[in-house]
Amino acid sequence: MIDVSTLNLEPFILSFKLASITTTILLLVAIPISWWLSQSRCRCKPFIEALVSLPIVLPPSVIGFYILYALSYNSPLGAFLQEQFDITLVFNFTGLVIASCIYSFPFMVQPLQGGFESLDKSMLEASYIAGKGKFTTLFRVALPNIKPALITAIIITFAHTVGEFGVVLMVGGSIPSETKVASVAIYEFVEVMDYRQAHIYSVIMLTLSFSVLLSVYMFNHKHNRRIGIQIDRG
Amino acid sequence: MIEIDICKKLHGSMGDMELKIDLDIAKHEFVAIGGESGSGKTTLLRVLAGLESSSGDIVVDGEVWLSKDRVLPTQQRGIGFVFQEYALFANMSVKQNLLYVSKDRKMADKLLEMSSLSQLKDRLPHTLSGGQQQRVSLCRAFMSSPKLLLMDEPLSALDPMMRDRLQHDISRLHREFGTTTIMVSHDPSEIYRLASRMLLIEQGEITKDASPKEILLRSNGSQKFSFKGELLEIVQSDIIYVAIISIGQQIVEVVIDEAESRELKKGDSVTISTKAFAPSISKL
Repeated sequence: MIDVSTLNLEPFILSFKLASITTTILLLVAIPISWWLSQSRCRCKPFIEALVSLPIVLPPSVIGFYILYALSYNSPLGAFLQEQFDITLVFNFTGLVIASCIYSFPFMVQPLQGGFESLDKSMLEASYIAGKGKFTTLFRVALPNIKPALITAIIITFAHTVGEFGVVLMVGGSIPSETKVASVAIYEFVEVMDYRQAHIYSVIMLTLSFSVLLSVYMFNHKHNRRIGIQIDRG
Repeated sequence: MIEIDICKKLHGSMGDMELKIDLDIAKHEFVAIGGESGSGKTTLLRVLAGLESSSGDIVVDGEVWLSKDRVLPTQQRGIGFVFQEYALFANMSVKQNLLYVSKDRKMADKLLEMSSLSQLKDRLPHTLSGGQQQRVSLCRAFMSSPKLLLMDEPLSALDPMMRDRLQHDISRLHREFGTTTIMVSHDPSEIYRLASRMLLIEQGEITKDASPKEILLRSNGSQKFSFKGELLEIVQSDIIYVAIISIGQQIVEVVIDEAESRELKKGDSVTISTKAFAPSISKL
């Protein structure tokens, strides 16, 4: 039997803390950006879209390396923060949050942008005609009508942050209670050939990830069935 | 008084063309715009609403909406717009849809009462029928007491019964509020019933501007009935041929001779006409 009381839950707590903070920050940043992307006809749009999606295709080690370099004392930015404000952003939790935000950004932006783009354009125009500006239209008409996309974006971003490994390892290292998240902890167990612990941690991660995805798909399935009824009646 | 003098390049389904509209509309007037699809009717409405850009001038009651150096944003134009596909806010109840435009509860109640929607005021749009949704959309357009009401084929997605009901509502609301109205429509009976003036737009230009009667009663004078229809089938029974033709919402049978039956084929657009010397009219 596995004795749960001896299990060190700290890496999990750290993972979930990191994911919660990252998701909250990204939600606030991604809503205006994805709204702008969905509405804009600006020529620079493809450029911004490509930039936003970059973390999906880049190897985590590349992102990790550049973030590490940018935040370290060797770069002008890192040096400036260190000298002016005495802030260090590598190998600590704050640095991890910054890295996670960059890494998980497309997972928040893309579902939201897709949701906004699928909205009936006349509905948004009706809001402008009613005298409401872009801001009111976004929060009172657009967002309430893309709930499935919003929930998908939040949960996928959260899950993706919990599951990240490469970037976290490069930027944060493995400092217990500071940067040693669950995925890094598993890697270390395997490295020292403690397969038992690695198994326990992995099973917990697997179960959590599966439950999260299952809940998203179940929610969307239910919602689509409701929309189906709407179309039948319409 | 609305003065419109605009020019806009269009890339339509029938190639590039120029929308050139020079038009004055008096207060309280109900103008219907007819014409082929892709002739620029909807674009004209959208330019008036400020949803699309254009060069030229639009002045409404002395207020400049569009000029060389000024474009009044849609939000400040104070218009009502009824879309073909209702465009209700799906997350809001019927009443909330109206109150979103203006907080005037009295006005909302009055409009809902006038169009017999009071019972449905707490329902979400997707639980309503198409006709009910369009009535809500109509009420919503009146909520801001608009200077100008624009309607883009408001009844084209509805069945004949519902159209009749909506026409009645539109006419009643127009009489009550006297809102200057521009409606795009393909339906002659609707235009005849509602509008006081009709414009025909072809290839981006106004080709006719007269009363609906003058434009729609084409055979005025010769006392002839003339309908456009589609030939559905030709049935032979003994020596006669019967053409089954759909006219609007009705299917009729017309006897034709053999020569005609050879000339016509399924799917042809046809005109059915007759001299009507003494048509009889009976009340339904």
